Amino acid sequence: MKTRSIASLLLTTALTFAAAGVASAQDKTVKIGALSDQSGLYADLGGPGSTLAAQMAVEDSGLVAKGWKIDIISGDHQNKPDIGTAIARQWFDVDKVDVIVDVPNSGVALAVNNVIKEKNGVYINSGAATSDLTNAQCSPNTVHWTYDTYMLAHTTGQALVKAGGDSWFFLTADYAFGAALERDTTAVVTANGGKIVGGVKHPLNTPDFSSFLLQAQASKAKIIGLANAGGDTTNTIKQAAEFGIVKGGQKLAALLLFLTDVKAIGLETAQGLNFTETFYWDMDDKTRAFSKRFSAKMKNSAPPTMVQAGVYAGVRHYLKALEALGGNPHDGVKIVEKMKSMPTEDDLFGKGEIQPNGRTIHNAYLFEVKKPSESKGPWDFYKLVGTVSGDQAFTPLSESKCALLKK
Amino acid sequence: MQALYAQLLVGLINGSFYALLSLGLAVIFGMLNIINFAHGALYMMGAFVAYFLLNLGGINYWWALLLAPIIVGIFGMILERTMLQWLTGLDHLYGLLLTFGIALIVQGVFQNYFGSSGLPYAIPDQLKGGMNLGFMFLPIYRGWVVVFSLVVCLATWFLIEKTQLGAYLRAATENPTLVRAFGINVPRMITLTYGLGVGLAALAGVLSAPINQVRPLMGADLIIVVFAVVVIGGMGSIMGSIITGFALGVIEGLTKYFYPEASNTVVFVLMVLVLLVKPTGLTGRAA
Repeated sequence: MKTRSIASLLLTTALTFAAAGVASAQDKTVKIGALSDQSGLYADLGGPGSTLAAQMAVEDSGLVAKGWKIDIISGDHQNKPDIGTAIARQWFDVDKVDVIVDVPNSGVALAVNNVIKEKNGVYINSGAATSDLTNAQCSPNTVHWTYDTYMLAHTTGQALVKAGGDSWFFLTADYAFGAALERDTTAVVTANGGKIVGGVKHPLNTPDFSSFLLQAQASKAKIIGLANAGGDTTNTIKQAAEFGIVKGGQKLAALLLFLTDVKAIGLETAQGLNFTETFYWDMDDKTRAFSKRFSAKMKNSAPPTMVQAGVYAGVRHYLKALEALGGNPHDGVKIVEKMKSMPTEDDLFGKGEIQPNGRTIHNAYLFEVKKPSESKGPWDFYKLVGTVSGDQAFTPLSESKCALLKK
Repeated sequence: MQALYAQLLVGLINGSFYALLSLGLAVIFGMLNIINFAHGALYMMGAFVAYFLLNLGGINYWWALLLAPIIVGIFGMILERTMLQWLTGLDHLYGLLLTFGIALIVQGVFQNYFGSSGLPYAIPDQLKGGMNLGFMFLPIYRGWVVVFSLVVCLATWFLIEKTQLGAYLRAATENPTLVRAFGINVPRMITLTYGLGVGLAALAGVLSAPINQVRPLMGADLIIVVFAVVVIGGMGSIMGSIITGFALGVIEGLTKYFYPEASNTVVFVLMVLVLLVKPTGLTGRAA
């Protein structure tokens, strides 16, 4: 009797294991975590719009109809690395999240990068700018989708130096992102024969820039490089107009400017600014169609920013890779390898590829902000002035310090 | 040296906002004994009302300077009548929690509808441009902010410290029962005082709308600094909060010049120092 019960117990256990084995091979459940700044200075360029973009990517993938179960949860990292990593840990340990998307704010993004590598999850970063994510701090679990500081420096920065802006003063946000953008832009400026005459580091989320602007004005630099983002950039540009900086002959280089920033500054003040993005809602019929669906679901009817577009495209590509794998192996490195092996193609960024260091390569576009008289609608802000192909815009693999390339 | 003058002036401009806001807080704390954490949200509402007046009603900046404080002031008085008045006599903590909750709700509602990156509000035509002072280019609007807020601050101080009405108010805080015995409607006076404090916040909001973005969180970012100003100046002291407001603006401006990385912490370092040496604040009296 005793022997029989042990035998049946063993049999049951064996059957359970077998069943589990079959289940993991065909496991079609996915949990996506959209981690962003949900209420602070980056909330409009990522935030709830990024969660919406992820939802739309899931809907458009058609996987749910094929029997997949895909859940999305969202979290607010409040621009604090400790909060960001705590959420990421909880998501992997308790909520069994497979992939974390968006994560604007380079400081938080780099911290979360380590957690995801440790937990062997998948990281599709769209919101953060630092080029370190695919360079010195690259990870086999990470794909950096939309843009980075190297690209911004080699497009906007380079164009300005070549147009005669050979002396620069930096207004830099005092954290990982500002430091990376200043570093990458400085390299471009000096390589092209320009020089850096000074700079000032300001705390993140500064309401008043007048002290810093006066210092920039006194430096007599031809170009004032804004190595900041979101609300900091809009405040700087608005207050620079007040202090007559542009009228005085100095030029502002908005190294990173988003659609929502232009809206906040207003065309009257923002007109004529040159900057680079990899996505604009009004590029072609496909982007317009997507943006129409997107803004219909946004509370303030805003079209997608490039960060939100990057979340959509990144999640689409991730789901394509899972479909090609025939199920979710819950193995971050394996999934990211699959993603890298497939060329990227979607309605928003067109054709591209993911390099071995995790960097997604696609076109970058130089834009100029329209004059108020040229704008035909509430979000009609940009004029395309140039296109830079992906291999020109992003870090060449020969220059990348990523350890993954040494294999 | 020239750069230093410029930084002093810029500091004075920021000090104007600190002074206006901390003045409102001081009035409310001094007269109602409430730590009004909703002050930042009400400041933000002032800026939004100015934005709505301009974009929906075509009402310009000058009228907004008058109307926004009244509209937000009425909102404040409704808050006082419906909620705050029930907290009379309770521990400070209750007022703090209630107003903090109100601030979160108001900010949340605005953020839900307007996002976080803000709306543009242009400088009125009459105050556009700037003048070259030799050591700096002073935008006329900024000069206006300093002068106007200084006038408003002094007028408020005069009203409370030097007039008959102010005397009733101060008496009502000391001993409400006795003042009531003289036939004065104390609850109504308290409500009006709260309205005045809130109106000052809204006025600061209108003044800042053309300089900063009109953003739901514009007050949340500022209010913590303003509380530090009030604590340094001495809770409830009218003149103390005006002077500390301007002085801290200048100190912060100088920090931005000499060591910018510390510019958002210098106020709190000062607060710690003042509390260690003189716990009632610079001009405060022991309770």
